[in-house]
Amino acid sequence: MKKIEAIIRKSKFEDVKKALYDVDIDWFSYWDITGLGKSTEDQVVRGQIFQSNYIQRRMLSIVVRDINLEKTVNAIMTAARTGEPGDGKVFVYDIEETYRIRNGEKGPEALYNKDDK
Amino acid sequence: MKKIFLSLAALGLTTLAVSAQTAAPAAIVPVVDAGDTAWMIVACALVLLMTIPGLALFYGGLVRRKNVLNVLMQCIILMAVISVEWVAIGYSMSFGSIKGALAPYIGGFDWAFLNGISASDLSPYFISHSQATADGGTIGTIPHFVFIMFQCMFAVITPGLILGAFAERIKFKGFLVFSLLWAIIIYNPIAHWVWSGDGWLFKMGALDFAGGTVVHINAGIAAIVMALLLGKRRDYQGHAIPPHNIPHVFIGASLLWFGWFGFNAGSGLAADGLAGNAFLVTHIAAATAALVWALLDWFHGKKPTIVGVCTGAVAGLVAITPAAGFVDVTGALIIGLVVSLICFFMVAIVKPKLGYDDSLDAFGVHGIGGIIGAMLTGVLATPAVQAAYSGAAFGNWHQLGVQGIATLTTLVYSGVGTFLLFKLVEKTIGIRATVKEESLGLDESQHGETAYTAFD
Repeated sequence: MKKIEAIIRKSKFEDVKKALYDVDIDWFSYWDITGLGKSTEDQVVRGQIFQSNYIQRRMLSIVVRDINLEKTVNAIMTAARTGEPGDGKVFVYDIEETYRIRNGEKGPEALYNKDDK
Repeated sequence: MKKIFLSLAALGLTTLAVSAQTAAPAAIVPVVDAGDTAWMIVACALVLLMTIPGLALFYGGLVRRKNVLNVLMQCIILMAVISVEWVAIGYSMSFGSIKGALAPYIGGFDWAFLNGISASDLSPYFISHSQATADGGTIGTIPHFVFIMFQCMFAVITPGLILGAFAERIKFKGFLVFSLLWAIIIYNPIAHWVWSGDGWLFKMGALDFAGGTVVHINAGIAAIVMALLLGKRRDYQGHAIPPHNIPHVFIGASLLWFGWFGFNAGSGLAADGLAGNAFLVTHIAAATAALVWALLDWFHGKKPTIVGVCTGAVAGLVAITPAAGFVDVTGALIIGLVVSLICFFMVAIVKPKLGYDDSLDAFGVHGIGGIIGAMLTGVLATPAVQAAYSGAAFGNWHQLGVQGIATLTTLVYSGVGTFLLFKLVEKTIGIRATVKEESLGLDESQHGETAYTAFD
């Protein structure tokens, strides 16, 4: 089992979500995240223009079975790419164990519903 | 603003002469005017709304999340503390009378705790509506208590305006003591000079309808002195820090605009054409200033911002304050245009260049806006509004000179006084927040409260 954390542009979230749904990955968490980075952009606050290196992005966290890792990563990479610096990153972690709280199931079986595909 | 005060003690009681041949004239009994009084009570409530929550939210939204409660607290605690101070000594010092050489400078303590004033008394202060008294004098048409309350709201909001300069880096205890002393030593005398019938600036003919000098220039110069003495916020990097809650800024600015109708249109102390004039020009100046600021913002920063429009509206309201009872709609349009041009330049270009940290532009908007308003009153005052008053545009250059004197003396007295008060409070109980308090945020360090809890 693997966890995929992806930091993507906020403007690309809908594209990435659609791409993930298209490969049957439809169960994940996400939140807004602020980061500090090398690139700066013009920010105007109360008439004052200055360089701000605060970067607003969105983070996705998806835990998948090993067989689904490649297609998930590819879906994110393709959908989130613009070619400009600042497109984001994808990190892959190893997951030691997974449990389903409802019935105590563990292992990769807890990551999907046997009645679905 | 001309408030004409007749000291009934100074006038001897005169008896009506009754001729043997003619019937005795009917006794003159001044009465409360219901229309004026109803409006003034509402106006007073509108001005209260300007402090809580108008100014509180306007400033509160502009600071960072970790300091918003501190700003709200400062506003509401001032409403509490200064109101009590007002009835205890403030009203007497500002609008009372004393004998002797100090009379033009301070009002004394005869009316401490409103001693000698009763619920049935009429206001000795009036502008356009007055009536005769039994002994040949003149008196107003609203209850004295209502006038006292109206002025109380002005006394409360003035120290509240200063807090914009030292937001995010002041200790609560130091703030409280400083603000109370400032109200007593700086606000009360200046109010007396400009608005009391004994006051020396009033006697000189200075025009300040609703508080351009007494409130805005006064608070504005105090603000910049405080900003310079306290020093920059530790993480200030030469430009404004993004506001944490712009919807609050919007709500605050809208409430300020709404409440300002009470502030300006109520300063005529009557429900009449003069109030109507003040009402109209207040709105037009605000609208013009908001529009001009939006255009400047758009041109300068490539996008029009809501914070900009709100700031512009407030700047317009500040500048029209001294002028509301003296200028017409043309004057309002000019004032709105000029104040936005100058204040925007001040806030967006001059302040970052000079590098001082006036966190919320209390000087840039209220101080500069007040000065512009006071001086333009001296230019644009038109006899078409009140026949007795005219400005340089109508040939009365003397008025402009008087406005200049009023502005300068307020700047000097308030500036020096604030400096001394700051030093006093700093040396005795401390006023600047510590490094830890400032980094943690004043909400937690001063009040133990969090504005927006993440859970529950």
